Amino acid sequence: MPDPVTAILLIPLAAAAILAILPDYRIGAALNIAACLLALLCALTLPWHRPAGGDYLLVDDLNIVFVLLNCFIGCTTSAFSASYIGHELQTGRLQPVHLRFYHAMFQVMLFGMNLALLANNIGLMWVAVELATLTTVMMVGLYRTAEALEAAWKYFILGSVGIALALFGTILVYLAARPSIGEGMDAMIWANLLAHAPQLDPSLLNIAFIFLLLGYGTKVGLAPMHAWLPDAHAEGPTPISAVLSGLLLNVALYALLRFKMLMAANPLAIAPGPLMAGLGLLSAIFAAFMLYRRRDIKRMFAYSSIEHMGIIVFAFGMAGPLGNFAGLLQMTMHSLTKSAIFFSVGHIAQVKGTQRMEDMGGLTDSHPVLGWGLVAGVAAIAGMPPFGVFTSEFLVVSSTFARQPILAVVLVAGLLLAFGALLLRLTDVGFGPVKGPAGPVRASYIPMLAHFALVLMAGIWLPPALVVWFQHVAVLLG
Amino acid sequence: MTAAHGLSFDIAHMLAGGLVLVSFMMLYQDRLTALLHVLGLHAFVLSLSVAWQAHIQDAPGLYIAAGIALGFKAILVPQALRRMIFRMGLHREIETVGGIGLTMLAGIALVALSLRVMLPVTVHADPVAREDIALALSVVLIGLLTMVTRRNAISQVVGFMSLENGINLAATGARGMPLVVEISVAFSVLIAFIVIGVFLFRIRERFDTVDAVAIDSARGGQR
Repeated sequence: MPDPVTAILLIPLAAAAILAILPDYRIGAALNIAACLLALLCALTLPWHRPAGGDYLLVDDLNIVFVLLNCFIGCTTSAFSASYIGHELQTGRLQPVHLRFYHAMFQVMLFGMNLALLANNIGLMWVAVELATLTTVMMVGLYRTAEALEAAWKYFILGSVGIALALFGTILVYLAARPSIGEGMDAMIWANLLAHAPQLDPSLLNIAFIFLLLGYGTKVGLAPMHAWLPDAHAEGPTPISAVLSGLLLNVALYALLRFKMLMAANPLAIAPGPLMAGLGLLSAIFAAFMLYRRRDIKRMFAYSSIEHMGIIVFAFGMAGPLGNFAGLLQMTMHSLTKSAIFFSVGHIAQVKGTQRMEDMGGLTDSHPVLGWGLVAGVAAIAGMPPFGVFTSEFLVVSSTFARQPILAVVLVAGLLLAFGALLLRLTDVGFGPVKGPAGPVRASYIPMLAHFALVLMAGIWLPPALVVWFQHVAVLLG
Repeated sequence: MTAAHGLSFDIAHMLAGGLVLVSFMMLYQDRLTALLHVLGLHAFVLSLSVAWQAHIQDAPGLYIAAGIALGFKAILVPQALRRMIFRMGLHREIETVGGIGLTMLAGIALVALSLRVMLPVTVHADPVAREDIALALSVVLIGLLTMVTRRNAISQVVGFMSLENGINLAATGARGMPLVVEISVAFSVLIAFIVIGVFLFRIRERFDTVDAVAIDSARGGQR
């Protein structure tokens, strides 16, 4: 049996090569789904059949969670994308040649993200994050409109600066490790770094972490480095918005968590927690305010992503087994919910021919499945029970109350603000008189419903095996 | 310390310091063509510095990185950008935000900051790496300053490239750092994409200018 890790990396690459030359977009879309499904199946074997890593690749309890989530959402998004792009082709927004490029890039992006998650080498991880960024930049600019190019350019410049700062941080980590581990590749291997963490030069590590936090934090979408995120979400194809929010932000977060573990394992280095908690809280509050005056529906959910990434980074910053557990759960729930929301928003925007919320209304009447799907998604993302986001946000808040009541009050204020903004918009868009075209929609509802089913299940009953796994990872994260 | 070691240290130091100086030259260029000349010089000094590091560290791989810096960043990219600005008729004056004096002062402050930050924490590192990292951080920060003081898309690319040169300097200064060549290739790909991106902006004729302010206005009002 071939090594599942190699398969997870090689399948997208091979698929990308074939998709780039495949002329028919229907076959391309089907192959795209098939490749994602195959990668997901390989990823599913990881918890039981864990291959030994090497100098370049690593499989541990932490990244299995991320890889599984990545492959799953990659798979559902490819299914959504198949029904989405057919419509884009009909309306003439995209040409068949664009779709060839789009499908190939989709797989290269999945390859980049999986490589970043599985890398055992901080240099390799950096290169992989850069690759994933580049592919998403190209997809954001896919429509070639002035707005799309502007969004892609902004994303490109800000993302590149972020990535450059992260590389500077990576170099500093190497310098911090060199005296104790020795020159060469050994000092960039993650497993070695963690094993020698207490002996690493603490002052160099401190400065390195600042650069890494700013650099990868830009990609996570933390305020004040978030400026690229709403534009990139609003102007690109909706499947890309779904993977940006659901996956790419997580990959950058994962990179940050790796270095946070390193910092936490070194007794003399500054504690990474307060820095992360501060930035996270700032992002959550800022985004909650920004939610109010949005007119573009995708832009609004992009700000909601900033808010949730803020909450997640805050939870990981608060650390401790409970904080990390809450952060992991919140991250999983946010990825599932937000990508499902984008699935429904994508079809809605196609039917209405616009992304402006003013021109939409009464969706639950005109398109019951999409409308109620959106209602369920907004209710879930706003943190209402019985959805899983409620569970995780409750955990974040309650674990914070136990230790830092003032921070918890601020966080709750932010959550309530965001809740208000989302419900305000939802009532206009979901209910009331029908506005805009109400034609039939050819959509595949399965990806959206599958995500909501999982989020709902997590809110009602978390499988004990998952709880044990997350608790274990939470302890690892320190 | 032997004399030979002293000399190799001095040359490394001089080249790294030269890179900081060229970064300063970038700050006050008010014409795009001149800015591109300085960019070429910047990459040329970088390639000398990387080649010198390859020599003193006895790391043949670094010669490849030096070659990339010379061929790609010092010659190819500035030439490509140059042709572009002539075709677009941008070879006139470029605006800068804030006065040159103020920008220079800010640059000096950034150099002081990076020395103040990096030197105390690298006491245990070897002296070559120590100076290199501190100077490299200066180049990175001045590159950022160049980016934020310019509004033109091409000069932002130039600022980014100088920032990236600073990171290359840091990577080569860190003795024995692996993947330097791979990373410099990865960055070259990134820059190639940026250049192609600027080019695409033009050939698509969606913008009649590459002024970032105009790109911003493409967003329309508040959304």
